[in-house]
Amino acid sequence: MANHHTVSVLVENKFGVLARVSGLFARRGYNIFSLAVAPTDDERFSRITIVVDVEQTSVEQITKQLFKLVNVVKITELSPESSVERELLLATVRASGQIRSEVIELVGVFEGAIVDVGRDSLTVMLAGAPDRLDDFEDLVRPFGIVELQRTGRVALPKLERQAPRLRSVSGKAS
Amino acid sequence: MKLTGAQALIKSLEMEGVEVMFGLPGGCILPAYDPIIDSPIRHILVRHEQGAGHMAEGYAHVTGRPGVAMVTSGPAATNLVTPLCDAYMDSVPMIAITGQVSRPAIGTDAFQECDTVGITRSVTKHNELVMDPEEIPLFVRQAFHIATTGRPGPVLLDLPKDVLQATMEWGWPTDAEVSASLPGYRPTTRGHARMIKEAARLINESRQPVLYVGGGILKARAAEALGELVELTGIHVVTTLMARGAFPDDHPLCLGMPGMHGNYTAITAMQRADLLIALGSRFDDRVTGKVGGFAPDAKIIHVDVDPAELGKVRQPDVPIVGDCRLVIVDLIEALRQLQAEEPAPDRNAWKSQISGWQETYPLHYDQAEDGEALKPQFVLETLRDSTPDDTILVSGVGQHQMWASQYWHFNHPYTWVNSGGLGTMGFSVPAAIGAKVGRPDRVVWAVDGDGCFQMTAQELVTASSERIPIKVAILNNAYLGMVRQWQEMFYDERYSEVYLSPDLPDYVKWAEAMGCVALRVESPEEVQPAIDKANEIDDRPVVIDFRTDAREKVFPMVPAGASNDDVVVHPAQVPGGERVVQ
Repeated sequence: MANHHTVSVLVENKFGVLARVSGLFARRGYNIFSLAVAPTDDERFSRITIVVDVEQTSVEQITKQLFKLVNVVKITELSPESSVERELLLATVRASGQIRSEVIELVGVFEGAIVDVGRDSLTVMLAGAPDRLDDFEDLVRPFGIVELQRTGRVALPKLERQAPRLRSVSGKAS
Repeated sequence: MKLTGAQALIKSLEMEGVEVMFGLPGGCILPAYDPIIDSPIRHILVRHEQGAGHMAEGYAHVTGRPGVAMVTSGPAATNLVTPLCDAYMDSVPMIAITGQVSRPAIGTDAFQECDTVGITRSVTKHNELVMDPEEIPLFVRQAFHIATTGRPGPVLLDLPKDVLQATMEWGWPTDAEVSASLPGYRPTTRGHARMIKEAARLINESRQPVLYVGGGILKARAAEALGELVELTGIHVVTTLMARGAFPDDHPLCLGMPGMHGNYTAITAMQRADLLIALGSRFDDRVTGKVGGFAPDAKIIHVDVDPAELGKVRQPDVPIVGDCRLVIVDLIEALRQLQAEEPAPDRNAWKSQISGWQETYPLHYDQAEDGEALKPQFVLETLRDSTPDDTILVSGVGQHQMWASQYWHFNHPYTWVNSGGLGTMGFSVPAAIGAKVGRPDRVVWAVDGDGCFQMTAQELVTASSERIPIKVAILNNAYLGMVRQWQEMFYDERYSEVYLSPDLPDYVKWAEAMGCVALRVESPEEVQPAIDKANEIDDRPVVIDFRTDAREKVFPMVPAGASNDDVVVHPAQVPGGERVVQ
C-alpha cells in the first residue's frame, strides 16, 4: 500500500462523467486500485473516491489532468493521516460443523455482522478501516472463502481539532 | 417563440457570430441542413468529412475564431476523429456538430450509429450528447465558451435526429447562466503576483537567458506583448514549430526554430542557457530531445494557461498559471520596477557566443549542379522571395514541413498553419482552404509533400467549386521523404515501403481534373516563371508539381532519443564527419 493515494473527486452528477474520469486514467496510463462513486447530499454532485497506485509526483499530474475535465468541480487529495477512510466487505465463508462457531466468534470480535445463513456457509459483513478489513480477510481465509467482495474505500478529511481562532472585533477582513 | 431543434441550432450558431461552416450532410443531420438555406451562414460543402475538420482548423488558426464543422453520424463522425485529435493536440478552437440516431434508437446498433461521444472523449476538450431540444442554445453557448477560453480546443456536440426535429421554446442563455451551468470550469487567467515577481528577479539576474516561445503565445494573442518584453530585456527568442511568426524571423534577437530539425543556434542556445523562459510552450519531446540531457544548467520559468503542463515534463523553478498575454504584461511591469533599482548583468559574452554559432552553422544545403534534380529548399526560397511578406503558408507533415518552417521568413503572427502535435499527413490542402476562407485578403500557399497530397487532394474539388483560390506547391520527391530519411540514416539504407513514384498519379492531370490550373516544374530555371504564373491566378486553385531531389535530407537533425548536444549538422558544414561533438 506504500504507493497508494486517495483522491476524492467532486463531479457534476451527469451522464457519462464516470466514463470521462475512468477514461482519463486509462488514457494517461494511471492504474486505479479502487473506485467508489455515489451522489452527495447535494444531488447535483457525485463524489468519486479513487485510490491510485502511483508515485507522489504523478498524483499531482493526475489531479491536474482530472481538473481539466469540465465536469470536475473539486479535487481533494487525502492522505491516510489527514482523513477518515472506510470500506465495506461482504464475504461468504465456509462454516459447517464445529468451525461455524469459530467463524461467528471471529465476526463478533471484529464487530461485523452475519447477513445470510446457509447450511454449510455464512455470508458476513464488515465495515471499517481498510487495514482492519485486510486483517479480517487474512484470519477468515483458513476457513475457506467462497466469495468475497469489497466496495473500495470512501474517505472524508479529518475535522479540525483546534478551536477556531477568535475573530478580530474591528470587523476588518484579514 | 417556437423553433425546431434544428432551427435553434443554426440560430445559436448565428448568435455566436459564425459566418462560415464546413460540412457534408447525411441521414441523421438532415434536419439541421434545412434551416441553412435561410441562414446568412456560408456553408462549404466538402468532399470528405476529414476535410471539413481540417478546414475548420485552418480557419481557426488564421482568424483566432473557432472553426465550425458539421457532419452526420456514424462514419462521418469517425472521419472527423483525426481533425479533432489534431485540434486537441495543437489547442485549436473548433466546434464539431455531429448528427446522431434518434433517441429511441441509441444503443441499438442502428444504421449509421456509433458512440460518437465515447469515441471522441479523449480527443476533445469537452463533448456532449444533447438529449433535450430545450438545451440546444445552452450547449452551443457552453461549447463556444469552452472552446475559446483557457487552453483552447475542440468541443463536439452530438445531436440525435429527433432532438433536431422536436419543437422547443427559443431562449438565449445569459453569461451568468452559462457560467452557472459550468461549476467546474474556471480557467485561471491572471498569473500569481509573487511568482511573477520571482520570475522577474530570475530574468534580471540571468546571464544566458533564452525565451522559449510556443504556440500558446499565438493562442493568447500575445505576439505584441512578447515584442515589448524582448525590447525591454534584449533576450533572444526561439519560436517552436507552433509559434513560427509569433516573433519576427528578421529580428536580430530571433534564433528561429528549436528542436529535432531546428536551427543549430536555437538548439544550442537552449542547451547552454542558464534560464529558459517558457511561454506557452510544453517541453514537447521534439523540442527537448532526451529530457535528461535537455538544457541541463537552465532554471525554468514556465508560463502556461493549462496547469497540467507545468511540471509534466520538466519541473519549473517558477511555475506561473495564466494567460500568456496577461502574464507578460505583468512581467514587463515587474521587470521595469526591478531594473530601476538594479540593472541586468552584462550579457555581451553570451551574445557573441550566439552570433559565433550563427556564423558557423547557418542553415545550409548544396545547390543543384548542372543536370541534378531540383532542390526543395531552393523552391521554398524562391517561393518565399516571390510572395508578399504576409502570405499565409500552410504545410502538411514531413520533410517539406520542416524545410518550410526553416527556410520561410515568418515576420507576422498567424501566417503559418501546420499540424504540429499530431503530425497529420494530408493536413495542408484542406487547412489552406479554411485559411483562405478566413483570410480571403491574403495570399495562401500550401506547401505539400506528394505523400500528404494524395491523402486529402479531393478537397481541391471543394476549392474549385467554391472559388477558393489557394495555391499548392507539391514538393514531389516520389517518396515518403521523412521515412526515407530515417531509413537511410538509421536503418542502413534499407528502404522499406517508402517509394511512391513521381508520376503515378500524374499530379498535373489530376489537379486539372479537379478544376485547378496545374503546372509542372523539373529544373531550377522553371521555378520562378511557374511561381509567377501561379501568383497571377486568382479565380481558381493552382497546383505546381515540383519534381525534387529524393536524396535531400533535412538538417540539422537531433536523432530520436538523443540529447540535443548530439545535433547532426549538414555534412558540408563538418569536414570529416556528420557529427558535431561539443
